[in-house]
Amino acid sequence: MKITTKLWIALGVLILLSPLGLILPDHFKAGSAWGEWGSDEMQKLVGYIPQGLEKLGALWNAPLPDYAFKGWEEKGLTHLSFAYIVSGILGVALCALVIWVIGKVLVKRNE
Amino acid sequence: MHIPDGYLGPATCGVFYAVMLPLWVAASRIVKKRLTARQVPLLAIGAAFSFVIMMFNVPIPGGSTGHAVGGVLVAILLGPWAAMIAITVALVIQAFLFGDGGITAIGANCFNMAVVLPFVGYYIYKLISGNSAINSSQRVVAAFIAGYIGINVAALLAGVEFGLQPYLCHTAQGQALYCPYGLKVAVPAMAGEHLLIFGWVEAIVTALVVKYLQKQSPEYLSADRQDLGQEVP
Repeated sequence: MKITTKLWIALGVLILLSPLGLILPDHFKAGSAWGEWGSDEMQKLVGYIPQGLEKLGALWNAPLPDYAFKGWEEKGLTHLSFAYIVSGILGVALCALVIWVIGKVLVKRNE
Repeated sequence: MHIPDGYLGPATCGVFYAVMLPLWVAASRIVKKRLTARQVPLLAIGAAFSFVIMMFNVPIPGGSTGHAVGGVLVAILLGPWAAMIAITVALVIQAFLFGDGGITAIGANCFNMAVVLPFVGYYIYKLISGNSAINSSQRVVAAFIAGYIGINVAALLAGVEFGLQPYLCHTAQGQALYCPYGLKVAVPAMAGEHLLIFGWVEAIVTALVVKYLQKQSPEYLSADRQDLGQEVP
Protein backbone atom coordinates (compact mmCIF):
# COMPACT_ATOMS: atom_id res chain seq x y z
CA MET A 1 0.00 0.00 0.00
CA LYS A 2 1.26 3.48 -0.82
CA ILE A 3 2.23 5.56 2.18
CA THR A 4 -0.20 8.33 1.16
CA THR A 5 -3.03 5.77 1.18
CA LYS A 6 -1.97 4.70 4.67
CA LEU A 7 -1.91 8.31 5.83
CA TRP A 8 -5.42 8.97 4.45
CA ILE A 9 -6.66 5.91 6.33
CA ALA A 10 -4.95 7.18 9.48
CA LEU A 11 -6.73 10.51 8.98
CA GLY A 12 -10.05 8.68 8.68
CA VAL A 13 -9.39 6.91 11.96
CA LEU A 14 -8.51 10.24 13.58
CA ILE A 15 -11.80 11.72 12.36
CA LEU A 16 -13.72 8.82 13.91
CA LEU A 17 -11.82 9.33 17.18
CA SER A 18 -12.22 13.12 17.12
CA PRO A 19 -15.29 13.18 19.42
CA LEU A 20 -12.76 12.40 22.17
CA GLY A 21 -11.89 16.09 21.82
CA LEU A 22 -15.46 16.78 22.91
CA ILE A 23 -16.08 13.99 25.40
CA LEU A 24 -12.87 14.30 27.44
CA PRO A 25 -13.23 18.05 28.13
CA ASP A 26 -16.86 17.40 29.10
CA HIS A 27 -15.86 14.55 31.41
CA PHE A 28 -13.16 16.60 33.13
CA LYS A 29 -15.40 19.67 33.31
CA ALA A 30 -13.03 21.77 31.26
CA GLY A 31 -14.48 24.90 29.73
CA SER A 32 -13.52 27.01 26.74
CA ALA A 33 -9.96 27.54 25.60
CA TRP A 34 -8.35 30.60 27.15
CA GLY A 35 -9.47 33.70 25.26
CA GLU A 36 -12.25 31.90 23.39
CA TRP A 37 -15.15 32.66 25.72
CA GLY A 38 -18.71 33.44 24.69
CA SER A 39 -20.50 36.57 25.93
CA ASP A 40 -22.04 34.83 28.96
CA GLU A 41 -18.68 33.55 30.14
CA MET A 42 -17.10 36.94 29.56
CA GLN A 43 -19.82 38.60 31.65
CA LYS A 44 -19.09 36.15 34.46
CA LEU A 45 -15.32 36.47 34.21
CA VAL A 46 -14.84 40.23 34.08
CA GLY A 47 -18.29 41.58 34.98
CA TYR A 48 -18.94 43.25 31.63
CA ILE A 49 -18.78 42.54 27.92
CA PRO A 50 -16.23 44.77 26.22
CA GLN A 51 -18.11 46.95 23.70
CA GLY A 52 -15.82 46.28 20.76
CA LEU A 53 -15.79 42.58 21.48
CA GLU A 54 -19.56 42.44 21.40
CA LYS A 55 -19.67 44.24 18.07
CA LEU A 56 -16.83 42.41 16.30
CA GLY A 57 -17.80 39.10 17.84
CA ALA A 58 -21.11 39.17 15.98
CA LEU A 59 -19.40 39.85 12.66
CA TRP A 60 -19.52 36.35 11.29
CA ASN A 61 -22.11 33.62 11.65
CA ALA A 62 -20.37 30.36 10.87
CA PRO A 63 -22.63 27.74 9.27
CA LEU A 64 -21.37 25.02 11.65
CA PRO A 65 -20.40 26.89 14.81
CA ASP A 66 -18.06 24.92 17.07
CA TYR A 67 -18.26 21.92 14.73
CA ALA A 68 -21.94 21.41 15.52
CA PHE A 69 -25.22 21.86 13.68
CA LYS A 70 -27.17 24.99 14.52
CA GLY A 71 -29.94 24.26 17.00
CA TRP A 72 -28.14 21.19 18.33
CA GLU A 73 -26.39 23.05 21.15
CA GLU A 74 -28.65 21.53 23.80
CA LYS A 75 -28.54 17.99 22.47
CA GLY A 76 -26.52 15.33 24.17
CA LEU A 77 -22.95 14.26 23.59
CA THR A 78 -24.00 11.50 21.19
CA HIS A 79 -25.60 13.98 18.81
CA LEU A 80 -22.73 16.41 19.21
CA SER A 81 -20.22 13.64 18.56
CA PHE A 82 -22.03 12.77 15.35
CA ALA A 83 -21.97 16.42 14.26
CA TYR A 84 -18.28 16.57 15.22
CA ILE A 85 -17.45 13.63 12.95
CA VAL A 86 -19.47 15.10 10.07
CA SER A 87 -17.60 18.38 10.63
CA GLY A 88 -14.31 16.50 10.57
CA ILE A 89 -15.17 14.81 7.27
CA LEU A 90 -16.28 18.13 5.77
CA GLY A 91 -13.20 19.94 7.02
CA VAL A 92 -10.79 17.34 5.72
CA ALA A 93 -12.56 17.17 2.35
CA LEU A 94 -12.42 20.95 2.04
CA CYS A 95 -8.73 21.05 3.01
CA ALA A 96 -7.99 18.50 0.31
CA LEU A 97 -10.11 20.36 -2.25
CA VAL A 98 -8.53 23.75 -1.56
CA ILE A 99 -5.00 22.31 -1.66
CA TRP A 100 -5.87 20.51 -4.90
CA VAL A 101 -6.94 23.85 -6.41
CA ILE A 102 -3.78 25.55 -5.08
CA GLY A 103 -1.78 22.67 -6.55
CA LYS A 104 -3.43 23.25 -9.96
CA VAL A 105 -2.35 26.87 -9.82
CA LEU A 106 1.16 26.34 -8.44
CA VAL A 107 2.39 23.21 -10.19
CA LYS A 108 4.12 24.07 -13.41
CA ARG A 109 2.45 22.40 -16.34
CA ASN A 110 5.58 21.51 -18.21
CA GLU A 111 6.83 19.13 -15.53
CA MET B 1 -4.95 29.40 20.38
CA HIS B 2 -7.61 30.39 17.84
CA ILE B 3 -8.18 34.07 18.61
CA PRO B 4 -11.90 34.77 17.97
CA ASP B 5 -13.42 37.90 16.46
CA GLY B 6 -13.63 40.74 18.95
CA TYR B 7 -10.60 39.89 21.08
CA LEU B 8 -8.14 41.89 18.98
CA GLY B 9 -8.72 45.52 18.04
CA PRO B 10 -8.95 46.59 14.39
CA ALA B 11 -5.39 47.96 14.36
CA THR B 12 -3.88 44.70 15.59
CA CYS B 13 -5.94 42.71 13.09
CA GLY B 14 -4.85 45.05 10.29
CA VAL B 15 -1.18 44.81 11.22
CA PHE B 16 -1.25 41.02 11.11
CA TYR B 17 -3.08 40.90 7.78
CA ALA B 18 -0.46 43.34 6.45
CA VAL B 19 2.34 41.12 7.76
CA MET B 20 0.77 37.94 6.37
CA LEU B 21 0.11 39.21 2.86
CA PRO B 22 3.76 39.32 1.71
CA LEU B 23 4.43 36.07 3.58
CA TRP B 24 1.62 34.28 1.73
CA VAL B 25 2.96 35.64 -1.57
CA ALA B 26 6.49 34.52 -0.69
CA ALA B 27 5.24 31.08 0.34
CA SER B 28 3.43 30.52 -2.95
CA ARG B 29 6.47 31.69 -4.95
CA ILE B 30 8.86 29.45 -3.03
CA VAL B 31 6.59 26.42 -3.03
CA LYS B 32 5.82 26.91 -6.73
CA LYS B 33 9.50 26.45 -7.58
CA ARG B 34 9.62 22.92 -6.24
CA LEU B 35 6.08 21.64 -6.04
CA THR B 36 5.43 18.72 -8.35
CA ALA B 37 2.06 17.14 -9.04
CA ARG B 38 3.14 14.08 -7.03
CA GLN B 39 3.63 16.16 -3.90
CA VAL B 40 0.20 17.79 -3.93
CA PRO B 41 -1.50 14.86 -2.12
CA LEU B 42 1.08 15.11 0.66
CA LEU B 43 0.38 18.82 1.01
CA ALA B 44 -3.34 18.03 1.18
CA ILE B 45 -2.69 15.41 3.87
CA GLY B 46 -0.66 18.02 5.76
CA ALA B 47 -3.53 20.52 5.76
CA ALA B 48 -6.09 17.84 6.63
CA PHE B 49 -3.91 16.46 9.42
CA SER B 50 -3.50 19.90 10.97
CA PHE B 51 -7.26 20.45 10.71
CA VAL B 52 -8.14 17.15 12.40
CA ILE B 53 -5.49 17.26 15.13
CA MET B 54 -6.84 20.66 16.22
CA MET B 55 -10.23 19.03 16.87
CA PHE B 56 -8.70 16.97 19.68
CA ASN B 57 -9.29 19.34 22.56
CA VAL B 58 -7.25 18.29 25.56
CA PRO B 59 -8.82 19.25 28.88
CA ILE B 60 -7.17 20.76 31.91
CA PRO B 61 -9.55 19.25 34.52
CA GLY B 62 -11.85 21.98 35.78
CA GLY B 63 -10.03 24.53 33.63
CA SER B 64 -9.63 25.32 29.99
CA THR B 65 -8.90 23.22 26.93
CA GLY B 66 -6.24 23.35 24.25
CA HIS B 67 -4.87 21.26 21.43
CA ALA B 68 -1.89 20.46 19.26
CA VAL B 69 -1.54 22.09 15.85
CA GLY B 70 0.52 19.46 14.04
CA GLY B 71 2.31 22.26 12.24
CA VAL B 72 5.83 21.31 13.28
CA LEU B 73 5.34 17.86 11.80
CA VAL B 74 4.07 19.30 8.52
CA ALA B 75 7.10 21.62 8.45
CA ILE B 76 9.53 18.74 9.07
CA LEU B 77 8.00 16.75 6.21
CA LEU B 78 7.30 19.46 3.64
CA GLY B 79 9.37 22.43 4.72
CA PRO B 80 8.13 25.50 6.60
CA TRP B 81 6.89 27.42 3.56
CA ALA B 82 4.67 24.56 2.44
CA ALA B 83 3.56 24.13 6.05
CA MET B 84 2.55 27.79 6.05
CA ILE B 85 0.25 27.16 3.09
CA ALA B 86 -1.19 23.93 4.53
CA ILE B 87 -1.93 25.39 7.97
CA THR B 88 -3.32 28.61 6.51
CA VAL B 89 -5.83 26.56 4.52
CA ALA B 90 -6.87 24.67 7.67
CA LEU B 91 -7.19 27.88 9.71
CA VAL B 92 -9.24 29.71 7.06
CA ILE B 93 -11.66 26.78 6.76
CA GLN B 94 -11.95 26.61 10.55
CA ALA B 95 -12.72 30.32 10.77
CA PHE B 96 -15.29 30.57 7.97
CA LEU B 97 -17.07 27.26 8.27
CA PHE B 98 -16.80 26.44 11.97
CA GLY B 99 -16.32 29.82 13.64
CA ASP B 100 -13.12 28.51 15.23
CA GLY B 101 -10.90 31.58 15.22
CA GLY B 102 -12.17 34.94 14.02
CA ILE B 103 -12.36 36.23 10.46
CA THR B 104 -10.72 39.47 11.57
CA ALA B 105 -8.06 37.48 13.43
CA ILE B 106 -7.06 35.25 10.51
CA GLY B 107 -3.92 37.32 10.01
CA ALA B 108 -2.88 36.99 13.64
CA ASN B 109 -3.84 33.33 13.94
CA CYS B 110 -1.95 32.50 10.75
CA PHE B 111 1.08 34.40 11.96
CA ASN B 112 1.12 32.44 15.22
CA MET B 113 0.18 28.98 14.01
CA ALA B 114 1.07 28.95 10.30
CA VAL B 115 4.31 30.99 10.40
CA VAL B 116 5.97 31.13 13.80
CA LEU B 117 5.05 27.60 14.86
CA PRO B 118 6.30 25.75 11.73
CA PHE B 119 9.37 27.93 11.22
CA VAL B 120 10.57 27.75 14.81
CA GLY B 121 9.86 24.02 14.90
CA TYR B 122 11.51 23.37 11.56
CA TYR B 123 14.79 25.06 12.38
CA ILE B 124 15.01 23.53 15.82
CA TYR B 125 14.48 20.10 14.23
CA LYS B 126 17.21 20.83 11.67
CA LEU B 127 19.56 22.09 14.37
CA ILE B 128 19.15 19.11 16.68
CA SER B 129 18.96 16.39 14.04
CA GLY B 130 22.08 17.76 12.33
CA ASN B 131 23.73 15.13 10.17
CA SER B 132 22.31 12.19 12.08
CA ALA B 133 21.13 9.15 10.18
CA ILE B 134 17.55 9.21 8.90
CA ASN B 135 16.56 6.37 11.24
CA SER B 136 18.44 7.66 14.29
CA SER B 137 16.67 8.28 17.57
CA GLN B 138 18.32 11.69 17.56
CA ARG B 139 15.75 12.70 14.95
CA VAL B 140 12.86 11.51 17.12
CA VAL B 141 14.23 13.57 20.01
CA ALA B 142 14.70 16.52 17.65
CA ALA B 143 11.07 16.24 16.51
CA PHE B 144 9.88 16.07 20.13
CA ILE B 145 11.79 19.17 21.21
CA ALA B 146 10.89 21.03 18.00
CA GLY B 147 7.18 20.33 18.54
CA TYR B 148 7.33 21.47 22.14
CA ILE B 149 9.20 24.69 21.48
CA GLY B 150 7.36 25.53 18.25
CA ILE B 151 3.90 25.50 19.80
CA ASN B 152 5.09 27.26 22.94
CA VAL B 153 6.59 30.20 21.06
CA ALA B 154 3.32 30.49 19.12
CA ALA B 155 1.27 30.39 22.34
CA LEU B 156 3.48 33.02 23.97
CA LEU B 157 2.92 35.25 20.96
CA ALA B 158 -0.85 34.75 21.12
CA GLY B 159 -0.67 35.69 24.81
CA VAL B 160 1.16 38.91 23.95
CA GLU B 161 -1.39 39.75 21.25
CA PHE B 162 -4.27 39.19 23.68
CA GLY B 163 -2.46 41.02 26.47
CA LEU B 164 -1.69 44.17 24.50
CA GLN B 165 -5.36 44.89 23.79
CA PRO B 166 -6.40 46.58 27.06
CA TYR B 167 -3.53 49.05 26.64
CA LEU B 168 -4.32 49.70 22.98
CA CYS B 169 -8.11 50.01 23.08
CA HIS B 170 -10.17 51.16 26.02
CA THR B 171 -13.00 53.56 26.81
CA ALA B 172 -12.45 56.90 28.54
CA GLN B 173 -13.34 55.14 31.79
CA GLY B 174 -10.63 52.58 31.22
CA GLN B 175 -12.92 49.68 30.31
CA ALA B 176 -11.34 47.41 27.72
CA LEU B 177 -12.92 47.40 24.26
CA TYR B 178 -11.54 44.03 23.20
CA CYS B 179 -9.62 41.39 25.16
CA PRO B 180 -9.99 42.62 28.76
CA TYR B 181 -6.91 40.86 30.12
CA GLY B 182 -3.54 42.57 30.05
CA LEU B 183 -0.10 41.08 29.55
CA LYS B 184 0.25 40.08 33.20
CA VAL B 185 -2.72 37.72 32.90
CA ALA B 186 -2.78 36.73 29.22
CA VAL B 187 0.89 35.81 28.84
CA PRO B 188 1.17 33.53 31.88
CA ALA B 189 -2.18 31.93 30.99
CA MET B 190 -1.38 31.19 27.36
CA ALA B 191 2.29 30.36 27.89
CA GLY B 192 1.67 28.45 31.10
CA GLU B 193 -0.99 26.05 29.85
CA HIS B 194 1.05 25.26 26.74
CA LEU B 195 4.27 24.78 28.69
CA LEU B 196 2.51 22.50 31.15
CA ILE B 197 0.06 20.54 29.00
CA PHE B 198 -0.59 21.27 25.34
CA GLY B 199 3.07 21.64 24.37
CA TRP B 200 3.68 18.01 25.30
CA VAL B 201 0.83 16.91 23.05
CA GLU B 202 2.43 18.63 20.05
CA ALA B 203 5.80 17.14 21.05
CA ILE B 204 4.45 13.59 21.32
CA VAL B 205 2.44 13.77 18.08
CA THR B 206 5.45 15.13 16.17
CA ALA B 207 7.88 12.56 17.58
CA LEU B 208 5.53 9.58 17.11
CA VAL B 209 4.83 10.30 13.45
CA VAL B 210 8.52 10.90 12.72
CA LYS B 211 9.30 7.57 14.37
CA TYR B 212 6.59 5.86 12.33
CA LEU B 213 7.89 7.36 9.07
CA GLN B 214 11.45 6.29 9.90
CA LYS B 215 10.21 2.71 9.74
CA GLN B 216 7.58 2.97 7.02
CA SER B 217 8.79 5.62 4.60
CA PRO B 218 12.21 6.98 5.55
CA GLU B 219 12.46 8.73 2.18
CA TYR B 220 10.04 11.36 3.50
CA LEU B 221 12.59 12.32 6.11
CA SER B 222 15.65 12.37 3.88
CA ALA B 223 17.41 15.67 3.46
CA ASP B 224 15.45 17.67 0.92
CA ARG B 225 13.56 15.18 -1.17
CA GLN B 226 10.11 16.23 -0.06
CA ASP B 227 11.10 19.62 1.19
CA LEU B 228 9.18 22.15 -0.84
CA GLY B 229 11.71 24.86 -0.25
CA GLN B 230 13.10 26.00 3.06
CA GLU B 231 15.35 28.81 2.02
CA VAL B 232 14.52 32.25 0.82
CA PRO B 233 15.98 32.30 -2.71
